[in-house]
Amino acid sequence: MTITFFRGAVAAVTIGLAGSAALAESHTGFTPENPECIAPANPGGGWDFTCRQVGKSLQDAGLLDQTMQVVNLAGGGGGVAFSEVVTKRPDDDDLIVAASAATATRLAQGAYPGNTMDQVRWLASIGADYGVIAVAADSEVETLPDLLDRIKSDPTAVSIAGGSAVGGWDHLKVLIAASAYGIEDVRSVKYIAFDGGGEAVTQLLAGSVQAFTGDISEAKGFVDSGDIKVIAVLAPERLDGEFAEMPTAREQGVDAIGANWRGFYAPGGMSDAAYEGWVGKISDLYASDAWKTVMENNGLAPLDLQGAAFEQFVADSVAQIQEISKEIGIIQ
Amino acid sequence: METLASLGDGFAVALTWQNIGLALLGCFLGTVMGALPGLGPSNGVAILIPLAFTMGLGPTPSLILLTSVYYGAMYGGRISSILLNIPGDEPAMMTCLDGHPMAKKGLAGEALSLSGISSFVGAFLATWGLILLAPQLVKFALLFGPAEYFALFVLAFATLGGVSSTNQAKSAFAAMLGLGVGVIGVDTQTGVPRLTFGEVHLYDGIDFLVAIVGLFALSEVFIFLETRHDKSDSVGRVEVGRLTPPWSMIKRCIPSMLRASGLGFVAGVLPGAGASLGSFIAYSMEKRMVDREGTFGTGDPRGVAAPEAGNNAAAGGALVPMLALGVPGSGTTAVLLAVLLALNITPGPLLFTENPDVVWGLIAALFIANFMLLAMNIPMVGMFTRVLMVPPKILMPLVAMVSFVGIYGISGSSFDLMVMVGFGVLGWVLRKLDVPLVPIILGTLLGSTMENNLRRAVTISNGDYLTLVGSPLAIGLWVVAIVGFVLPVFVGRLVRSRMRGARDQDAGITD
Repeated sequence: MTITFFRGAVAAVTIGLAGSAALAESHTGFTPENPECIAPANPGGGWDFTCRQVGKSLQDAGLLDQTMQVVNLAGGGGGVAFSEVVTKRPDDDDLIVAASAATATRLAQGAYPGNTMDQVRWLASIGADYGVIAVAADSEVETLPDLLDRIKSDPTAVSIAGGSAVGGWDHLKVLIAASAYGIEDVRSVKYIAFDGGGEAVTQLLAGSVQAFTGDISEAKGFVDSGDIKVIAVLAPERLDGEFAEMPTAREQGVDAIGANWRGFYAPGGMSDAAYEGWVGKISDLYASDAWKTVMENNGLAPLDLQGAAFEQFVADSVAQIQEISKEIGIIQ
Repeated sequence: METLASLGDGFAVALTWQNIGLALLGCFLGTVMGALPGLGPSNGVAILIPLAFTMGLGPTPSLILLTSVYYGAMYGGRISSILLNIPGDEPAMMTCLDGHPMAKKGLAGEALSLSGISSFVGAFLATWGLILLAPQLVKFALLFGPAEYFALFVLAFATLGGVSSTNQAKSAFAAMLGLGVGVIGVDTQTGVPRLTFGEVHLYDGIDFLVAIVGLFALSEVFIFLETRHDKSDSVGRVEVGRLTPPWSMIKRCIPSMLRASGLGFVAGVLPGAGASLGSFIAYSMEKRMVDREGTFGTGDPRGVAAPEAGNNAAAGGALVPMLALGVPGSGTTAVLLAVLLALNITPGPLLFTENPDVVWGLIAALFIANFMLLAMNIPMVGMFTRVLMVPPKILMPLVAMVSFVGIYGISGSSFDLMVMVGFGVLGWVLRKLDVPLVPIILGTLLGSTMENNLRRAVTISNGDYLTLVGSPLAIGLWVVAIVGFVLPVFVGRLVRSRMRGARDQDAGITD
């Protein structure tokens, strides 16, 4: 059982907020479905965004006729929500849960104790935020090999800031690139963990660190303003539109790809009808022009995977992360 | 004046009947949510996001509603601090120290009005700071690397002695306890879980709100349970007294408000610091500077004015890095940032040029909300103080209920409820031992950030600890920290013993 923000508000009404939630209330309870999205983190993060943005867009597009309730169930880097869904709501047809590459990373590293990816049904992706490696605009470093050469000759001279903890996805992206470039001891790469990508970029601007690893969406505002330059996008090929100027790692001879995909999983016991229904709704949304605008505004690149194809994709990325994590000694 | 013209445009955007109505609604809801223990500004804003989306509001109206809630909650947090000695949210914690003693002395109405005025001054000045200084402030924030942040937190801890005047050793013990609690969770610098005992719920650490509500609210309930019913009716009853403070009291607090607004605003601007640090530094610095009679902690009005001006100024300051850098300086601004993103507005260096209507509309809304809150809060003081008339046997169960509902509403986790009860028992034991509770929360809040910044700084410098004093700014902060720690030990004792003879019984109230 989780209490939702909506129900939280209703509870607050009983304490004296009379009338406040009445507006929200008038929209629920009309249809048989009571759509709910768990964001496995506090409000304000990527998962929260995934739930809220998709909920809003589904409603705007008429795919849902009521507001999707967003429940923030924080804890354990998503582990609390995962085990909650597995143990307490295994057959809830109205429930979807936001997930991302970070979910796959933690599943791969066994950071959700006792849980594996096959305990839930993977629904669909809604896009991918490709990884970037960036340096300050006035940095002497111009290309990715340039940066990696510096690390190779003196690992202590280059500090790389990222928004995830050590062993997290931002860290792994650098290691993927370093290992693709032939740096043998990837553990020597100096990674500094900050509380979120925003703080990490700020420290790059402040000159405390030499490079930044994160997602395009985190870097976009600072690229536009000319404060930082992206030396590599970890995408298979150059992205569209305003991102087309950013060189990929691959074209610089570093075969590294790192996408922070965003998507959803559903309870393992969800009925096939409901599963198909959700997959259908999310793919309809994905195909819409409105969603393309959302993706553009947020620096999300296409990643069009639904149902079985998405399930396979997640399985592959879990396997890949497991391999890297073993290589760098994060897991045995 | 280009800025003023933009601000005028902002008011044109903000001043529609719908927006004013939304601001009024937001201010009211925010005040109530801020006052309820467990529901702080960040949850308040998060709870109302669905409301904004359901009503189909555009970017500017949504932001007006949500920032009104934000400012409202910052105002509201003080109410339960003063009346019940239970902070409504983290930044309101410092207001307990002098606010509740004032209420006990029968000055509840004055304390509430005065803190309302201080909140207004803090928020008002901070909004002007936001308008006039945002671009320069961003440059200032960029001077702070991990080493400078570490020095700033050392400064905060060095003034910790100022928090409780009773027993320094017990304060230090409480702070250590807080530091220990802050260590719980996955260590971001190594990815290793610490003190989690394999319990996945503890991987993200202990939520401050859970600790605060447990330590303050539940322990209060336990104390009440212990004191039996026969006494309870008379023990808890407090006289309300007059509702508005005399002009002499306000006048005496004005310098405190101004200093605290400045300090709070700076703390808010730094993304790694935030409102709690703002109110804390404002209080402890003020105590160091003006508390010559040793009245802080016993119901000195300046001890109410300083933290309230400080935390509201910090709330305004925190909007600077959020709007100009896209970096949230606090939990609440993180939520607001998410709302902006959901509305397809990318905060960041270009926000001011790309979406001027949103920015200036928002800033105008802040002014409107601020005046509205002042106008709403002063007359409502009479209503709030009625809370004190409620017999404890009714009030305390209500406090317990609100605590449980509030905490469960945020995390949806029954585990957090257990943790909260645990903290409640801990708080009860510590009260018996006369250990102050505020340093525990400060240790938890500031300790983990301080540790992370220390380790970041040392990792970047490859283990060279000299990096901690590697910049003029860091050295300056260290000097202030050391002076702030050492000076009172020598000078304070001297001054205090000299003052003691001449101390007026009611030094806190009159000049």
